[in-house]
Amino acid sequence: MIKQELNTVKNDAAPEHWDLVIKPQRNIFDLKLNDIWHYRDLLLLLVRRDFVSFYKQTILGPLWFFMQPLLTTIMFTFVFGRLAGISTDDLPQPLFYLAGITSWNYFADCITKTSTVFKDNASIFGKVYFPRLIMPLSIVFSNLVRFAVQMILFLLVLFYYAFFKGVGFHFTWAIALFPVIIILMAALGLGTGMIISAMTTKYRDLAFLVTFGVQLLMYATTVIYPLSASPEKYRWLIELNPMTAIIETFRYGFLGKGSFSWFSLGYTALVTVVLFFVGVIIFNKVEKNFVDTV
Amino acid sequence: MSIAIKVENLSKAYQLGEIGTGTISRDLERWWAKQRGKEDPYLKVGQENDRTVKGSSDIVWSLKDINFEVKQGDAVGIIGRNGAGKSTLLKILSRVTAPTTGTAKLKGRIASLLEVGTGFHPELTGRENIYLNGAILGMRKKEINRKFDEIVDFAGIEKYIDTPVKRYSSGMYVRLAFAVAAYLESEILIVDEVLAVGDAEFQKKCLGKMGDISAGEGRTILFVSHNMGAVNQLCNSAISLSNGKVNQVGETGKVVSNYLNADGNKDSFIDFRSARLNRSGNKKAEFLNISLHKDGAVTNSRFFSVGDALHIRFTLKVNNANETAIKTSVELKTSDGFKIANMIDTDSGFQVEGNRSDEIVFEVVMKDLRLYPDTYIISLYAGDMSSSETYDYVEDCISFEIIDGGTYTTRRLPRVAGLLYLTPEWTKLKS
Repeated sequence: MIKQELNTVKNDAAPEHWDLVIKPQRNIFDLKLNDIWHYRDLLLLLVRRDFVSFYKQTILGPLWFFMQPLLTTIMFTFVFGRLAGISTDDLPQPLFYLAGITSWNYFADCITKTSTVFKDNASIFGKVYFPRLIMPLSIVFSNLVRFAVQMILFLLVLFYYAFFKGVGFHFTWAIALFPVIIILMAALGLGTGMIISAMTTKYRDLAFLVTFGVQLLMYATTVIYPLSASPEKYRWLIELNPMTAIIETFRYGFLGKGSFSWFSLGYTALVTVVLFFVGVIIFNKVEKNFVDTV
Repeated sequence: MSIAIKVENLSKAYQLGEIGTGTISRDLERWWAKQRGKEDPYLKVGQENDRTVKGSSDIVWSLKDINFEVKQGDAVGIIGRNGAGKSTLLKILSRVTAPTTGTAKLKGRIASLLEVGTGFHPELTGRENIYLNGAILGMRKKEINRKFDEIVDFAGIEKYIDTPVKRYSSGMYVRLAFAVAAYLESEILIVDEVLAVGDAEFQKKCLGKMGDISAGEGRTILFVSHNMGAVNQLCNSAISLSNGKVNQVGETGKVVSNYLNADGNKDSFIDFRSARLNRSGNKKAEFLNISLHKDGAVTNSRFFSVGDALHIRFTLKVNNANETAIKTSVELKTSDGFKIANMIDTDSGFQVEGNRSDEIVFEVVMKDLRLYPDTYIISLYAGDMSSSETYDYVEDCISFEIIDGGTYTTRRLPRVAGLLYLTPEWTKLKS
């Protein structure tokens, strides 16, 4: 009897250990990274799901990933290259456009898909808990798979021009920055997308702007024209767009033409880091209660 | 035993009405109040000054200051009427949404099952979906690998494991979905009314499987259900919620019967002189009251199970009617107003009669009730035997409920599946 009492006293004295404490407002800087790490298998499975379900019941399968950039390139070559005669920095037009389209698509897909992540997954989010950040992350990685497939297409076209059209290779050292610009694009798309997604849980208006806005933004980026050919008056505006430096670096690395500058890339990196962290923090803040408002 | 779940002053407020127009200005107002260190002007409902705060009626407290503890290894049923806050509580404990105030502390890994088959993708095969769904529920891949065969076995779909689930029958789909969840490894399992799906046999299997979990593995279970039979069978204690507050915590049988009789005591006896009723007739004879009783019970009740005997007692006062020619009947309706029966005294070989100004008590006993779980409504009629003259017609004067459980019920009886629970004799004539 006495022993028992002693035990209870002991228990009361020791601070109780809880594995999980559910509180109204979590610290917004608590990103629960170890939770995300625990769910890494889910991340992989979601990426797999997106990839597999995309081409299920199709004949061409993953080859469909080629179609969109290929057709867009043909269209751009015809409209901007032939009809409008916009300069392509002396590069073969299809190669020039394809380089821009491939990298722009990755960024655009990341931003548009991420911006509707709450709305698209409301039914899952409303029924089961997992770190919500997994979803936008899975989008970025799924798109990365797609981007990789499209890079193969780009390289095929590049080799075709090098060997059969006598253009030759013009790789520069900047190709080493390729991993960096992928990370920058992913983080930029993810950050901006998350900011938009967090705001659209309450105000749906923004969702209408996204697809349209991204399309407009493409024209303010050096996708269909080189930075060198942009009018002096508006160049600062185009350089203000963080995607410009990324696409210019990409072209400079793979095609040897483009306006590469450390300053622009540094500026892009800075904007990306800021947007990414703001995005993650806002997303984390909204995630807890979005089920009630979406 | 140690405490596995501790809930302290948990509250959750929801905003009523349209969210959209006007929210920006409201958000700004909130932000401004916060900047000045004041309380959120929209969260003040229930306080004394609530009427002076504009727009405060937009907030409703789905849960208000909930406190309870759950011991490790307990299976706890959470019961309550619709809107009592059961689902909100589970949502908060499952971390789907956050509380407005208060905390909940939990020990051990939590698996919550607010729905089966969350995240199933129709294009993926059964195998792929097992992995995906398992991962969504928090399982690691190697964990799923280890249990894969058991899951497939439990669901009984070996043959279709590499077929996309969109080609599954709905039964197969549910079986697979539940099987994944049933093999979740966790110390705490939170289950919403997911057993409402699937066929009877599989439901039994699931209940059995969940029972195994709590008894054998020392797992703590929180179980929400409207099926009192299932709660009784599975849970050793229960929490009854009403209007967002904890009504009672305790041993299952007690809490369940209190819950069922909570508003039964006031409704199972109706005095027509004080009740507002839809009445017609010339009052040559009139009904004074009605009450419902269970077989052998002294007190009133309005909750019955399939197979019970329903005693309907009413008092009739004969004013100036023909004493020996009163036609009396008891009408039975479903909750949606469909007339099921009109039980007339003479049909049963009985004659209602009495001396003038006497108050006579009659009892009508419906033995072996065979109605599906639902609410049923009774009306009383008294009139002239030979004409259509109505003395007194008290429409919808009392209601009773048939609930799950009872001598016959071995499965859940969804009202949509039928009205009459019949158990005819089955024989094999030829083999």
